[in-house]
Amino acid sequence: MGDLIHLILSGTATGAIYALAALGFTLLWQAAGVINFAQGEFVMLPAFAMLFFIAVGAPLWLSFLLTCAVAMVVLGYGFKRVIVDPLIKHGVIPLVIATLGLSIAVKSIVRAGYSAEAHPFPSAFPAGQLSLGGIAVSYADIGTLVLAGLIVIGLQMFLNKTVTGRAMQAVAQNTDAARVLGIDVKRMVLYVFLINAVLSVVAALLVTPTYLAKFDMGDSIGQKAFFAAIIGGFNQTRGALLGGVLIGILENVVGFYVSPAYKEGVALVLFLAVILFRPEGLLGKAEERKV
Amino acid sequence: MNAQMKTGILVASLVVVAVVASFAKRSDVYLLTLYCVYLMATFGLNLTVGYAGQMSLGQAAFFGIGAYVAAIALKAGVPFLLVLPISAIACFVVGLALGFPALRVQHHYLAFATLGFNVLVYLVMRNEEKLTGGTFGISGIPRPSLFGVSFDGPLAFFFFTFVSLIILAFFLWWLLRSPWGRAFAALRDNPIRAESLGVNITAYTLLAFAIGAACAGVGGVYYASLVEFIEPGPFHFSTSLTMLLAVIVGGSGRFFGPVIGTIIIILLPELLRSTNVSWLKFMQTWYLAVFGVAVVALMIWLPGGILSIGDRFKSKEVAK
Repeated sequence: MGDLIHLILSGTATGAIYALAALGFTLLWQAAGVINFAQGEFVMLPAFAMLFFIAVGAPLWLSFLLTCAVAMVVLGYGFKRVIVDPLIKHGVIPLVIATLGLSIAVKSIVRAGYSAEAHPFPSAFPAGQLSLGGIAVSYADIGTLVLAGLIVIGLQMFLNKTVTGRAMQAVAQNTDAARVLGIDVKRMVLYVFLINAVLSVVAALLVTPTYLAKFDMGDSIGQKAFFAAIIGGFNQTRGALLGGVLIGILENVVGFYVSPAYKEGVALVLFLAVILFRPEGLLGKAEERKV
Repeated sequence: MNAQMKTGILVASLVVVAVVASFAKRSDVYLLTLYCVYLMATFGLNLTVGYAGQMSLGQAAFFGIGAYVAAIALKAGVPFLLVLPISAIACFVVGLALGFPALRVQHHYLAFATLGFNVLVYLVMRNEEKLTGGTFGISGIPRPSLFGVSFDGPLAFFFFTFVSLIILAFFLWWLLRSPWGRAFAALRDNPIRAESLGVNITAYTLLAFAIGAACAGVGGVYYASLVEFIEPGPFHFSTSLTMLLAVIVGGSGRFFGPVIGTIIIILLPELLRSTNVSWLKFMQTWYLAVFGVAVVALMIWLPGGILSIGDRFKSKEVAK
């Protein structure tokens, strides 16, 4: 029993990181109609950026903040201006292909231009474990849960309670109606790209100590983000959270009780089951098809 | 350009390839055979992507299933002509089973489902050591001999693969010209209209996907026979990505798109690897990076792929 609780707790922590990446992914889809296949690389790049700032002497917290700023410019604004804006008018598929190309390009540039090795990454939390009634929980898991939880709650508050946040939701629900109501749609969409960039940096900060910084570390986290988003419901922000945490927990449980070799397959099986029985996702609402 | 001229150019280029191969170095013959093998898979993928309009990111998995089934069956002594349909049908059936849940919903779901499927297949290849040999793979796969003629030599096997590729391409061409194939294009261009005309969207898309998978399976059989040793590496999902990009870069939905695209993903990097020109050596490490950037640029300026350049000029002239 102790094992199971431990697995669930650490699974929730891993799942929370998936959820952060999935959240950005869902927001991009809702507000801008963008499916970003380079989402994993959006986590990998900040990991290397933070390592760079650490290498030039900045402490971890400062590196994190600096990377957030750089990511907002490059992965937020730059990505939108250079790739999304010229392509979005051609429809979803060319954009998907372009982000696939971007993903290959970014990975190969890091590999050829910097390093193909895995680099260790400092944890933001102290090492060691906390014993809660006989169950050992690592500080890293607790820290991850608290930080991810705070960010998610903060984001929900921003989306639901502030004027800007509500305007962003309006854009996501119905772009044309939002424009008629006088909402600056372009600016709201830009905000979504900026939020996605910051979420990616946070995910990088939390995941890299265990995944290590490597050019292909984004493959796995990117896939988990897609699956989490769909399992929970592509058009629901809360869905990404549920999907992420569900994958995190089930991976841990399957890895421990069934076979660690097939841990990576859990997300796919869950995804296939969801699209067979509830295609709109666990929390999603069925979308009406546009004719 | 009329149809006769087109046929003439096609036949001429096939003859040129055959003549070049006859006088080429041993390693170049191998490379050309490899190109033909991958082309079988990308031709199939073009059916799924270009004609049925579905994103598939699992072609390497079907390629791998074909290769592993072939490796196991050929080593057990099953004749090549029997292995071919077994692998093709295996991939066809798996394609149906995977496509069924994914194709009931929106198009990008198939992309995710096939991507995850590829990851899973790769795990099975790596972990089920009893069946697949794990990371050590399966070695000593025999080359085929038909009716007493052995295709063991590199040139003989090249011609065997080359002719098989032509037959496969001809079959696909016939399929696309049949009323059946016209329905594929109809549902890609306007699914709702096609449905209102009585085309069963799900059934046709599913079939296109499964046939595309079967082509990859056939390619896999030749691959296993060509390299004579298989391990999970070549069937990683990154191969699926490059195969998809090859189809798109060449021009998806254009019959000869994969011919161009596969040159870019298979022949070019290998030729660069063997080059002695110093500035080209730099490209060896940077090839994929340049390729990725080129794909992004291509999508921005020429979303129809390389073969759509001609149309681009035509439409500009009309616009004037």
